[in-house]
Amino acid sequence: MILQVDNPVVEVHDLTVSYDRKPVLWGIDLTLPAGALVGVIGPNGAGKSTLIKAMMSLLPISSGYVRIFDQPLKQVYNRISYVPQRESVDWDFPASVFDVVLMGRYGNMGLFKRPRKADKDAAMEALEKVGMQSFANRQISQLSGGQQQRVFLARALAQNADIYFMDEPFAGVDIATETAIIQLLRQMRDQGKTVIVVHHDLQSASEYFDWVVLLNMRLVASGPTDKVLTQELLEQTYGGKLTLLSKVGDLLRRQEFPARETKVK
Amino acid sequence: MQEFLEFFSFADANIRYVTLGSVLLASSSAVVGCFTLLRKRALVGDAVAHAVLPGVCLAFILSGTKNPFILLIGAFVTGWLSLVTIDFITSRSRIKEDTAIGLVLSVFFGIGILLLTSIQHSGNAAQSGLDKFLFGKAASLIGEDLITFSVVAVLLLLVVILFYKELTLLCFDEAYARTIGYPVRALELLLTTLTVFAVVVGIQAVGVVLMAAMLITPAAAARFWTENLKVMLLLAALIGAFSGIAGAYVSYTAPAMPTGPWIVLIVSMIAIFSFALAPGRGWVARLLRQRRNRTQILEENLLKLLYQLGELKQDFYTSRSLSELLERRSIPKGEAISGLQKLKRQGYVKRDHQSWTLTTEGKKRGRRVVRLHRLWELYLTQYLHLAADHVHEDAETIEHIITPELEKRLLEELNYPDLDPHSARIP
Amino acid sequence: MNAFWIILTGSLVATCCSLLGCYLILRRMAMVGDAISHAVLPGIVIAFLLTGSRDSVPMLIGAGLLGVLTTFLIEFFHRYARVQADAAIGVTFTWLFAIGIILISVFAGQVDLDQDCVLYGEIAYVPLDLWITESGLSMGPRTVWTLSITTLLIILFIVLGYKELFLTTFDPAFAAAIGISTSLWYYLLMTAVSLTTVASFESVGAILVVAFLVAPPATAYLLTDNFKVMLVLSVLLGILASVGGYYLAVWLDGSIAGAIATVTGMEFLLAILFSPSRGLLIRRKQLQPV
Repeated sequence: MILQVDNPVVEVHDLTVSYDRKPVLWGIDLTLPAGALVGVIGPNGAGKSTLIKAMMSLLPISSGYVRIFDQPLKQVYNRISYVPQRESVDWDFPASVFDVVLMGRYGNMGLFKRPRKADKDAAMEALEKVGMQSFANRQISQLSGGQQQRVFLARALAQNADIYFMDEPFAGVDIATETAIIQLLRQMRDQGKTVIVVHHDLQSASEYFDWVVLLNMRLVASGPTDKVLTQELLEQTYGGKLTLLSKVGDLLRRQEFPARETKVK
Repeated sequence: MQEFLEFFSFADANIRYVTLGSVLLASSSAVVGCFTLLRKRALVGDAVAHAVLPGVCLAFILSGTKNPFILLIGAFVTGWLSLVTIDFITSRSRIKEDTAIGLVLSVFFGIGILLLTSIQHSGNAAQSGLDKFLFGKAASLIGEDLITFSVVAVLLLLVVILFYKELTLLCFDEAYARTIGYPVRALELLLTTLTVFAVVVGIQAVGVVLMAAMLITPAAAARFWTENLKVMLLLAALIGAFSGIAGAYVSYTAPAMPTGPWIVLIVSMIAIFSFALAPGRGWVARLLRQRRNRTQILEENLLKLLYQLGELKQDFYTSRSLSELLERRSIPKGEAISGLQKLKRQGYVKRDHQSWTLTTEGKKRGRRVVRLHRLWELYLTQYLHLAADHVHEDAETIEHIITPELEKRLLEELNYPDLDPHSARIP
Repeated sequence: MNAFWIILTGSLVATCCSLLGCYLILRRMAMVGDAISHAVLPGIVIAFLLTGSRDSVPMLIGAGLLGVLTTFLIEFFHRYARVQADAAIGVTFTWLFAIGIILISVFAGQVDLDQDCVLYGEIAYVPLDLWITESGLSMGPRTVWTLSITTLLIILFIVLGYKELFLTTFDPAFAAAIGISTSLWYYLLMTAVSLTTVASFESVGAILVVAFLVAPPATAYLLTDNFKVMLVLSVLLGILASVGGYYLAVWLDGSIAGAIATVTGMEFLLAILFSPSRGLLIRRKQLQPV
């Protein structure tokens, strides 16, 4: 069940991504529709984060290409936003909530320019949307997990992008935050934005997303939620490891074999 | 040359002692360094080494003598204190480890320099020689000093042998060590103490500033030659010992030269040589391996081409011209010719005039590549649900790497198929 | 007057090192700073041999390049030869520093540097090396001029690149996702560190450069949660240490660089014990996350 769409916002073609020469994602062919709330789901080590990082060129890819809005990534940086995993930064960093949210505006500001009033207003507005406006001057080291996640979300909102990549935004947050976040994501979708979320909880997946991508080293399924979250496809995703695949991957690493005979440009 | 012979004949008893001493000092710190390196705390040794200086100076100020025992105690106290301080800062504040190391290193050393210069300016005649601690002086290790430090070095080696098993586990898997009831805290303390002692004796050879090299560099070099910890310890000790001798020799022939930097230079060259040339892990070995892979890919591709042409014409043993081959697949001409010539030497192809023919051996190998290619394509479509038009490129690589065991597994999982996803026969 | 020049020199070094140090410690790269500050030595000696002067632009550039090369070398050992990260740092800087010391000994006659000066500098002699114009006008010590220019450059760099440096330090993945090159800013930062090191080396030596790179920023980090305040505070702490260190050295008749490093350590000790917000000996209300 891999449904390809016409006029996709994200097009992934024959994408192979390797860590230290061992492929962790094999030949992914994927298209995602515009204005959808997409969940990327799979077991631990399935390559979920790797997939969205590769989509944003944060990782080198061994083969294939990614196009966003039918253009190479370099031309659409300002239409893309990213919410990294919460643990990926040092929350002891000397910065205030507002400083962090303002970072969302940096991409559009250009080199050497300082934030103007419009940028500050946009940042404040984004904070309001996540219900954190009263925390603007709070130091980030004093936030709870849920609040940290909201700040990251506000930063992405401040960017006013068209497509959002989110890495586990629901991990380790309280119920109130989770509800608030999902409501916000739905609003964004209703405004025509595309939101791609790495998610690990199967239970809530069917309720949250309108499109689901099932992943386990390879693409198992991609399509509307009700068609994808079937017993059979889930078994394919979570059950039965492809030992042969990982053995071949190990061989590639050990022998320092190139993942492709000819280098990707 | 004469000096060289004079030195290495070891006729002079003094030279014998100095050499023995340097070897012991350098190798004992190299051995301890292996454990700190594997524990990923290599740079901590740098901080300890710098922190030893104020201890030495304080011991001198308080005692007024240069008795090696007293200086050693002073060095030990501040060296230990520096490690405790680093642990304290990282556990009790939000300062990260690298900052704590840099902080302790520079501040302790600053205090040491302040005391040292203050002593020098005080005009105390007994102080001369304290500055040897900065850059080391192997040849001036004589009499009492030599005996003291050699005894400590031997003790260090003995302790490492005695606690080999425990220290190994501590470095490899601390959590596991704790669950099976090892006194992890005590072992950490032991390793800390060993590090401080190794530094205290090592600085006699290379001095405070470059002591980090004696802990880190031999261990890092040895790591490239072996996967076995015992061998690694032995190698590190040998590398340390060799540079120790070299240092003693430099000290002997050129008394004006600082010994420490020469020892460090030699040991660094050994390390860089190892990084580059060690078989297996070395950089050049890896480049060679990648080159070999490329040749293998080229050769197998040529055999595959010949086989595919044979398949097409249903005749495997007719000769094909080079242009016929290159028409099917673009390979740079020069590369193709040299590849074919190599295959000829190995007996996979025959050449007549401008054309090439498969031998039976060549046909067999070509067939295997084609088979693996098609099997892998089938595997990708069946198990990964990839579209048939997307599997070719991946199979182009994988066909060269599958081992006979994997081939067997592949056949089993695919249930001994006849056709590939493009409905071509699997030979 | 001498005291003034010496303290001014110390303060200038403190300013550039502490500013850059704030970024280094937040990137967990304090030891890379340590490595660069040792590894520029051979570059300085070689530039010295070639140009025969102390404060020339070629010397700054030549030796500065070696500092950047050090980061490349560490990267290379780590990534291509797969040496463990901390070991790569340790091997690289000790090796280059050893080469520097050997060069100094070999060319002892030609190079106006000695082993001790490399470690703790000759800040006491700064006022003696005056820049006298052709008309005979004394413009003050040469070193002060070199350091002033370096300090201005560093401040300019931080002001202009403030938001890029801030973002690539805090969250490099997000920076890359919105199209800011993390490696470009990384190497710019390392270039700034090497330039500063080279300019400061002769007057204060390797050890005080490391002390200024690490101690005042670490102290400021314990005192504030605001990055801009941290930058300013670390500069102030560095200047304070220069003043305090000078008088401590005069009192004990010892090395000024050593004394300044000692004072930076004392500042840190006070901060970790008595910082109003997180001092270990301060009784305070526990801040509750709301």
